[in-house]
Formats: sequence, structure tokens, C-alpha cells
Amino acid sequence: MRDGTATKIMTTMLKSITRLSAAGVLVLAGLSVAAAQQDAPAAPESPEAKPEETALPHFPLEEPEEMEWSFAGPFGKFDQQQLQRGFQVYREVCSACHSMKLVPFRALGWEGGPHFSEEEVEALAAEYQIQDGPDDTGEMFERPGRPSDYFPAPFPNDEAARYANGGAVPPDMSVLAKARGVERGFPQFLIDIFTTYQEGGPDYIHALLTGYEDEAPEGVTVLPGQYYNPHYMYAAALAMPPPLFEDLVEYAQNQDDDPNNDVPQTVDQYSRDVAAFLMWAAEPHMEARKSMGFTVIAFLLVFCGLVYYVKRKVWANVEH
Amino acid sequence: MQGTSEYQPRTGIERWIDSRMPLPRLMYDSFIAYPIPRNLNYSYAFGAILSLVLVVQILTGVVLAMHYAANSAIAFNSVEQIMRDVNYGWLLRYMHANGSSMFFIAVYIHMFRGLYYGSYKAPREIQWILGVILFLLMMATAFMGYVLPWGQMSFWGATVITNLFSAIPLVGEGITHWLWGGFAVGNPTLNRFFSLHYLLPFMIVGVVILHVWAFHVTGQTNPTGVEPKSRSDVVPFTPHATMKDAVAMVAFALFFAWFLFYLPNYLGHPDNYTLANPLVTPPHIVPEWYFLPFYAILRAIPSKLGGVIAMFASIIVLFFLPWLDRSKVQSAAYRPLYRIFFWIFVVNVICLGYFGAKPPEGWYVLATQLLTAYYFVHFLIIFPLLGYIEKPRPRPTSITEAVLSKHKSGGGGTPAEAAASPERRG
Ligand code: HEC
Repeated sequence: MRDGTATKIMTTMLKSITRLSAAGVLVLAGLSVAAAQQDAPAAPESPEAKPEETALPHFPLEEPEEMEWSFAGPFGKFDQQQLQRGFQVYREVCSACHSMKLVPFRALGWEGGPHFSEEEVEALAAEYQIQDGPDDTGEMFERPGRPSDYFPAPFPNDEAARYANGGAVPPDMSVLAKARGVERGFPQFLIDIFTTYQEGGPDYIHALLTGYEDEAPEGVTVLPGQYYNPHYMYAAALAMPPPLFEDLVEYAQNQDDDPNNDVPQTVDQYSRDVAAFLMWAAEPHMEARKSMGFTVIAFLLVFCGLVYYVKRKVWANVEH
Repeated sequence: MQGTSEYQPRTGIERWIDSRMPLPRLMYDSFIAYPIPRNLNYSYAFGAILSLVLVVQILTGVVLAMHYAANSAIAFNSVEQIMRDVNYGWLLRYMHANGSSMFFIAVYIHMFRGLYYGSYKAPREIQWILGVILFLLMMATAFMGYVLPWGQMSFWGATVITNLFSAIPLVGEGITHWLWGGFAVGNPTLNRFFSLHYLLPFMIVGVVILHVWAFHVTGQTNPTGVEPKSRSDVVPFTPHATMKDAVAMVAFALFFAWFLFYLPNYLGHPDNYTLANPLVTPPHIVPEWYFLPFYAILRAIPSKLGGVIAMFASIIVLFFLPWLDRSKVQSAAYRPLYRIFFWIFVVNVICLGYFGAKPPEGWYVLATQLLTAYYFVHFLIIFPLLGYIEKPRPRPTSITEAVLSKHKSGGGGTPAEAAASPERRG
């Protein structure tokens, strides 16, 4: 490096930063003046307008808590046992109302997932009755499921689902963990780039399942057939009754003689497990993606260094 | 700066081809012997980066199209099929989806670079206009591509944007129905969007060729804004620019990879993982992030037609930039006032994007209106005015002089040098 290059770059950077912040302050000042002007006349002139403005509450009423997920971050991996537990919760509880149409039984045996053995997957699939046909006589018939089949839906159509669930269709769970996420706001959404935060879905599902409250606070009216939940993204209450209770699911993992690997059978634990499972269902190749990412980025870093070195050589005798 | 061709066919086959079709000669003159100013910094590498991203988009897109089904009944599921069952389908799909964002990041930097160094000024007006056309084509392509997965945002984004045409008096409604192929966004809309989404990138390739070809007469700008005058002002494209562009492309690939592998859904909207449903309107309909500044301008005007006009005007105004800017000085490095306004404009556009993502309520509305007003003030008032009131700094007589004087004193002495030093990166 030539003499003084570093200091020059530093001063340049400092200069641009000061310039940028000056510009930012200018704009902000403009905005706050604008905001003040906006607020000022509204209050004395039209008192009716005010409650209308403040009556628009921001949902969810409570932000979801950020959980520790084994699959978060560049080196994240699913916890296979957790996925198996989460699958159990899905199968025994959620599947009564929620379909998962895009996930075939065979996926349960994939690496980087619950990773059940081939026999286990076959046995699992066989527990379901799948409609097939028409046969030679033109009749539809039911047969035990095969690994290539997809999870059957609990309701024949949306109308039936809506009718059975107080007017709301339980959403399909295949990509649900990617279809939800509470807005992160400024500046958090910028920080998320560096922390690679992509767990908004599971955080939200966990918060929703653990967030039911018996009593709605004053001023919030909950219609019959609705359940108050300050973590719900779209309103103060939703049509899903609290689906989980303590000891609702007897974890298979807890049935063996070894007490060391027992997990608590609490709503919190069920929620974490099912949220992790749903993340996997939505993104079954996540582990492959992250490990490939590491290889690619490591390669590119080295390659970038080499190319930069060649570039320096090429430009060495050209002042620029 | 285009001299006579220096191409010397070396092998028999090259000579044979060159005497029938001068393609090797064209390649040689464009990418090997082509003289580039010696003082280009890394902000000049985004053209190369854009070409790379375009190629990535076309390659991944062609393979995706082999697996995708453009039918509203199965489009959503076919995308999920790609994600789950196609070998490395997740990679292709995430690469393509994030690739569009990368495309826009690169193009915005490329455009701001052009604004800073006055790349639109004579004799490069046509180049600039071709660039704005490319930008419009990109926007159309990206918009239609976002509709293809047929999620909630696909559907409602398409509904909102196509509905804009209904603001046109008299014929508006007819045009909208014609665009939809029906009375609402539906299967015919999806089909034609897919067809056009496949077509437009090749039109982009065509315009890119013109955009690059135009350099054969004009040459590139450079941070001093002084045109190259002698052999010592320039270096051959290969290996100098080739290597510098390569560094930039690999560095950009790293940035791309970070999003692709670790944040693949960061730049998208969760609602697009919900199947399109014409009966359920999402609480906030927002376009992809790269449209947000224009979306903010659209909503800033209280009337629908006015909003549509303002939004289109915000891009159309770019076409006239070469004639709106009255300053004789090309590079912002020697324009003390313009340089300040340039950065204010950058912040202005970023703020517009921020408010474009917010619901249009409370003080956001007025803020957006002020920012929109400033956007047009920048182009229509500040640009022409600066040409008259600004006192430019003294410029170096040649690129070589600027480069050498900068290296001699090291600490920055003359105004020309101090002004030139910010442009020195790498
Ligand atoms: C009794 C039927 C029923 C069961 C059992 C059930 N759900 Fe639901 N679920 C619903 C209904 C109905 C909705 C739609 C609620 C609405 O739109 O108001 C819903 C919605 C949801 C949502 C989406 C909320 C949103 O943001 O739109 C999630 C997440 C969810 N359920 C998770 C689960 C999980 C996890 C389980 C298993 C532990 C489960 N549900 C079990 C009926 C059920």
C-alpha cells in the first residue's frame, strides 16, 4: 500500500459519513416538523377524529418472544428428536383440524428431517386410510397409505372445514412456518441481516400456542367462538381454541426406561416441538442449504482473495 | 476513445472467420483491446455485475420453467414441488427469487453511480436512455415474475398494479380487462404474465447489447469527468478491467450467497407462502422492496389518476435528465453543491422506500408527500438551477495529471486533488 492511502480512505469515509448524517438530520427535521403540523390541528378542531385514529390497534398486541432454535443461524441443524416429538404433536393434535397436503409420508424418512427409518415410515403411512380409485368397476375405494402418499386432509373441502371450525378455515400446515412472521421494525430488520434471523415463523407459532389468555382485557370484545390471544397477528382473537394442555401428548421419547432423555410434557415444550416440526415441513432441505452455503462462502472467500491478488499484480505498475 | 481495430488474427481459423464475419474482431475490440480510463473505481464494476446476474437469472429461469406449471390451480403447488422434490430445486428457486433482488441492488448502485459522475451527459445521452429502458424492462419482468408463485402477494400485487390502468379516463376499464383477460386477475392473467416473463429477459439482453455497443463511440466516463486524451490516460480492458470486474463480481457473489443460503426469505413477504385467495385481502398489500419508493410516490397523491401519473413521471423524468442538468461539469467530484444534493437525494429515495412499506396513515402520509415533492424538485428545479449558481472546482487537464498529482503529494494539497481523492478506491 502506498503512503497515506489508509488515512485518505479514513478521511474520505469520515467525510461521507458526516455528509450522510447531515442529510439524514435534514430529512428527519423536515419529517418531524411535518409530523408536528399533522398532529397539531387534529386535536382542537375535530375531537371525534382522534379516537378513530387511536382506535386502530397494532396487531399482534404483543410481540413474539425470540426463542433459541437449534436450526437458527448459518450452522443450524434440526434436532431430530425434537422433530419426531413435534411430528407426534401434529399427528395427535393439530391434524384433527389442519391439513398438510404438500408433505408426503416418505419425507419423514429424509435426512435432515425427523429421519424415521424406512420401516417406521411404512408403518406410519399404513395407519392412514387413503382414498384411491376408480377401480375396475369404477368405484372409489380406501386402502392403507404408502410412503409415496401425502398426508390426508381432515376435511373434504374448505366449506366443511369452515363449517366445523366456527367460520374459519384452519390453514394448511405445509408452508405455514414460512407464511407467518411479525414485522420486525426499524432498526431490527437491518440487524437481522447480520444475525441471519429467519425464525419469525416458528417464533410466532410458539408465541401463539402459548399466548392464550382466559380473560380479555377491558375494552376488547371477544365474539362467541373466538379466543383471546394477544399474540395473534391479525386481530385480538382467533377461531382456534387453545389446542394444547399439559400432558395432552404422551411423548414416545418418554416411554423408554431411560429417564435421562425425558422431556417435560408442558404447553411450552409442545409448542416448541411442533413449531420446529412445522419449520422442517416448510423447509425440508434447510440443512442441505446451510451446509452448501458454508462450502460456497468459504470457497468464494478464498477465491476472492486470489482474484484480488492477481488484480493487484496486474495494476501494480499502473497508478490509478 | 475507440481507435481503429487492433485485432490481428493469429491462427488460420481466426483468419478464416474474420474474413467472413468479424465476430472475433468485435469481441477482441470490445473486451480485450478496448481502452478504459485508468482511474475507474469499483463503482464502475456494477455493469459487469449486472451482466452476471442477468445470466444467472436466465439460466435458473429456463430450468425453473421446465418444472413450473402456469395454471392458477396448480402454480402454487408446482413451486412447492420444485422446492421439495426437484433435485436442487430449492437452490434454483431461491437463486432466482433472490437474484431479482440482487439485480435491483446492483442496478440502483449502477444508476446512482451514473448520477454521481454525470454519466448521462453528452455524448452519452443515448446510453442513459437505453439504461432507463432497461430499468423499465426489468421492473416489468420482476413484477410479472413475482406473480408466478401465485401466493397472496402475487395475486393482490397484480390486482393493485393492473388496476392502476383503470385510472385512465374513458378507456381505463377496457384496458384493465384486456390486461387481465377477464374481469379479475385469474388464470388467463397468470398465463400471459408467464409468457411475457419468459420473453422480456431476452429483450433485456438485446437492449444490453445496444447499451454496451454504444460505448464503442463514447467510451466510459471516469471519476474526473475529463475525457481520456492520450494513450497514458487509458489501459487495455484485458487484463485491467477484466481483473477488477472479476474481483467485484466475486465479492458480489459472496453478498448474494449470504442471502441465498442464510436469508432466502428475508427479501420476500411471508404472505406469498399462502395460496392466492381472491376472497381474502391481506391487511397490508406491499410490493417487492425494490418497488417501494415508486409505490410510495403512487400513494402520496390523494387521487388515483394523479398517483399513477406521478409514479410514471418519477421514472419518465429520468429520460430527460441529460437536458435537465445544465452544468458543464460532468463529475460530482468537482461540483461542491451538487455533491451535497446528490446525497440528500439518495437519502430521500431510501426514506421513500421506507414509507412505501408503511401503511398510509397518520403522519406517514404527509412525510411521503414531502419526500415525493422533493423527488421532483431535485430533478426539475435543483438540477437546472445548479448549472447556473454552482461554482465548480478547478478540474485537472487530464486523467493522467489527476492520477499522478494525487500520488505525488499523498496528503491532498490542491483543490483538484482533494476533490479527486474520494474517487480513489482500489
Ligand atoms: C379444533 C381445531 C384446531 C386444532 C386442533 C388446531 N387448530 Fe390451529 N387453527 C384452527 C383454526 C380454525 C384456525 C384459524 C383461526 C382463524 O383464522 O381465526 C387455526 C389457525 C392456526 C394458525 C394460524 C394463525 C394465524 O396466524 O392465522 C396456527 C399457526 C395454528 N392454527 C397452529 C396450530 C397448531 C400448531 C396446532 C396443534 C398443536 C393446531 N393449530 C391445532 C383450528 C385448529
